[in-house]
Amino acid sequence: MTENAPNTELDVQSAQDDFNRSAGLKLLWYALLAVIGLALLMVLLSWGSKKLGATSDSSPGIDATNNTISLILSQEPPQLDSTLATDMVSNMVLGHVMEGLLRYDENNALVPGIAERWDIRENGATFWIRDSARWSNGDPVTAADFVFAWRKSVDPANASEYAFILFPIKNAEAINTGKLPKEELGVRATDERTLEVTFERPIAFFDKLVAFSTFSPVQEAFYNQANGRYGADAETILYNGPFSISRWVHGAHLRLEKNPYYWDADRIKLDVIDFPYFTTDTNAALNLFKDGSIAYTGLNAENLQDALNRRWHLDRLQDGSVFFMEFNHREDRITRHRKLRKAMQLVFDPKELVYKVIKLPGFLPGESIFPVWLRGVDGYLRAEYPAPVWEVDIPRAQALLAEFKQEMGIDKIPPLMLLTGDNPASAKQSEYFQALYKQTLDLDIRIDKQIFKQRLAKMTSGEFDLVMAGWGPDFDDPLTFGDLFSSWNLNNRGRYANPEVDRWVRVAQESLDAKTRMDAFGKIQDLLFEDVALLPQYERGVVFVTDPRLHGMVRRAVGPDPDFTNAYIVEP
Amino acid sequence: MLSYTLKRLLQGVITVWFIATATFFAMHQVPGDPLTTDKAVPEDIRKNLEEKYGLDKPLFEQYTIFLSNITRGDFGISFTQKNRRVNDIIREQFPVSATLGILAIIFAALGGILWGALTALYRNKLPDIVIMFLVILGISVPSFVMAALGQMGLVSLNDTLGFSVLPVAGWGTVQHMLVPSLVLGLGTMAYLTRLMRSSMLEIVNADYVRTAKAKGLPASRIFTKHQLRNAVLPVITVLGPAIAAITTGGFVVESIFAIPGLGRFFVQAVQQLDYTVIMGTTVFYGAFLVFMVILVDLLYGFIDPRVRIS
Repeated sequence: MTENAPNTELDVQSAQDDFNRSAGLKLLWYALLAVIGLALLMVLLSWGSKKLGATSDSSPGIDATNNTISLILSQEPPQLDSTLATDMVSNMVLGHVMEGLLRYDENNALVPGIAERWDIRENGATFWIRDSARWSNGDPVTAADFVFAWRKSVDPANASEYAFILFPIKNAEAINTGKLPKEELGVRATDERTLEVTFERPIAFFDKLVAFSTFSPVQEAFYNQANGRYGADAETILYNGPFSISRWVHGAHLRLEKNPYYWDADRIKLDVIDFPYFTTDTNAALNLFKDGSIAYTGLNAENLQDALNRRWHLDRLQDGSVFFMEFNHREDRITRHRKLRKAMQLVFDPKELVYKVIKLPGFLPGESIFPVWLRGVDGYLRAEYPAPVWEVDIPRAQALLAEFKQEMGIDKIPPLMLLTGDNPASAKQSEYFQALYKQTLDLDIRIDKQIFKQRLAKMTSGEFDLVMAGWGPDFDDPLTFGDLFSSWNLNNRGRYANPEVDRWVRVAQESLDAKTRMDAFGKIQDLLFEDVALLPQYERGVVFVTDPRLHGMVRRAVGPDPDFTNAYIVEP
Repeated sequence: MLSYTLKRLLQGVITVWFIATATFFAMHQVPGDPLTTDKAVPEDIRKNLEEKYGLDKPLFEQYTIFLSNITRGDFGISFTQKNRRVNDIIREQFPVSATLGILAIIFAALGGILWGALTALYRNKLPDIVIMFLVILGISVPSFVMAALGQMGLVSLNDTLGFSVLPVAGWGTVQHMLVPSLVLGLGTMAYLTRLMRSSMLEIVNADYVRTAKAKGLPASRIFTKHQLRNAVLPVITVLGPAIAAITTGGFVVESIFAIPGLGRFFVQAVQQLDYTVIMGTTVFYGAFLVFMVILVDLLYGFIDPRVRIS
């Protein structure tokens, strides 16, 4: 017995090992089966998903043999019906597949598009449409196509957000508010190729307006035949631009192919612009670029350093938007008092915000509601009418605030609500202001972080003292910024009202003389500064990187951006 | 069995109705609406818009209209993608999410069972220690980190090899699916591994296993029929909630890998207060998940006869 005991233990142990070995083998066998099964399933699923749902095939970022470039879109274009489109992505795509009467060329100059010439007078305009302009089904583009599209845009039943951009045309506003039928719009086709426009009031920049995508033509017969789905799919749009959409798989893939019917097709060098990726994820975009899967990508604060480390050639520009802190000027708000606002201005240095907080290339410190790129009489508006500047003066600001508190009979200013967006950049900037005003003026700022729609709703209803706001241009004239603080402008969400500013806005709207208008903008700039209606923060910049083989891409502040219509591939 | 199934289905319908109602009223409580836009719209134009979309009606009337529409299976037209029907969005985008989800769940289940069984067999030995360490990692690292790491890994892989082995993002072929579904399933796989391991250890020395050994049955047969089959039951129970976690958690992975799934539309709709898409996707997801849980419960009855009795 004593001899056998250890043996039994050994037997148990080896039996256990035997069991484990054969069980392990069995397990390995199952694992093998699982892998094979999975592989089969994946093949089956990829075949099935092609039949069922959305897929996208992709080629490299630059495909010289097929003369194709691939790019990423931040999202599916929400709306490719030109009468309804409002967002950047849709406008970018529309800029490649549609052409209006006029267009912007590679130097961002206004050049003839579908119209070969035009004549703009005090009370109206005439556009002569070129013979060779064709739709992608071969039909000629006619003046009637413009009449139809413009009427559609102001038709209240169509509910276009950008209807206001047509308001310089006679009766447009009355039609849009339902007071007149849409046939009363001041535009008519005197013959197949002549478009006559009557103005509501004289307008100095109508040529710049018609380059906007809302002014693109739409063929009536085609629109009606699309049965309420115009612009929803590749087949339900008729194209007259350099490219046409050959494939649109929702949420997955957009493919633009050169449009052979485009009147200036010789100018277009690329055969295909492919968008096989839709995502807002900027790191994914950067990874795709690193992989050579896309030819261009924008960069942000998070991935800029990575790009710099790789020694890529980076480009930068201002995207045209101006950002500012808007005060609430409503009766019940303490921010309606100029002394408080002035004190807040005197301690704030936009340069510090841009160079120490934002720290991104391309951004410019804000000095005015008018960005630097706007044109004035002969040169740039801001060169001709320099923005008033202030020196940071903390003691003066403190004295002013003390004076204000005494006038109001209060010891302490109640906490101010700062309404802001929910992205990391807004958070960082809001916290900068919170700290700045606490340290210098002992003001308490409460940050109210809201997602986009809620922020807009609160801005509109006036539930804020301060709001981080911004404005991007709709057309290439200072008025797109200049009327923002007029008392009747609904986008003036702080309800700033100053009769002097209103007067100069009217002058700028009604005058046709460049000098008079620019003088008016100069006055508006001075008045807004004097009254501290807002605190300009920065002009937004964008940093981006392109594949060195891609040439001829155009970036711009107003109009479709980025623009690849003139792009071409150069093999090293 | 039939009456049980019917009862469960009825409960499911009530659950979905409750989800829809709660979402509907909560959504309308949020400040702003789909018509709130960057550019301010004059009052009378806004009225026209509200009329066109039926938002001028009292909330309860909107609710009854919504209910009668969904019973007919019509979720309406998206506010942000103005000419697209919500039904089309679901029909085109859901198969993608489902494919990704199915693959992820299969990865997770197979991997969990295999690794779990392996660790139980080699308890406290090297494979067990290594795998259990990885399991802790898998459970604690969120899927968006995994997804980002996975994508970076793909970039370096393609970079070092000099040609594109697997695409970095996009959708359509087996190569596109491999990494995203693996990443999406990883957390669940880790969780299932742990579950499988403990349930295997519980029965390793169960009476019936000992009996089977005493009978002289071959080891591979004992392992498969007596151990694996019994240990796998708890794993199947949690598959229902796991499917829920994976299909709804797919959004981040979809976004990082630019996969045209439904999750992305769902999240965007919430941000843009696109009422019709929010309701459509919520009701659809809700119904889908409730159905999945019922299905797993019924399936459980087939695998474990003891459950069927109740």
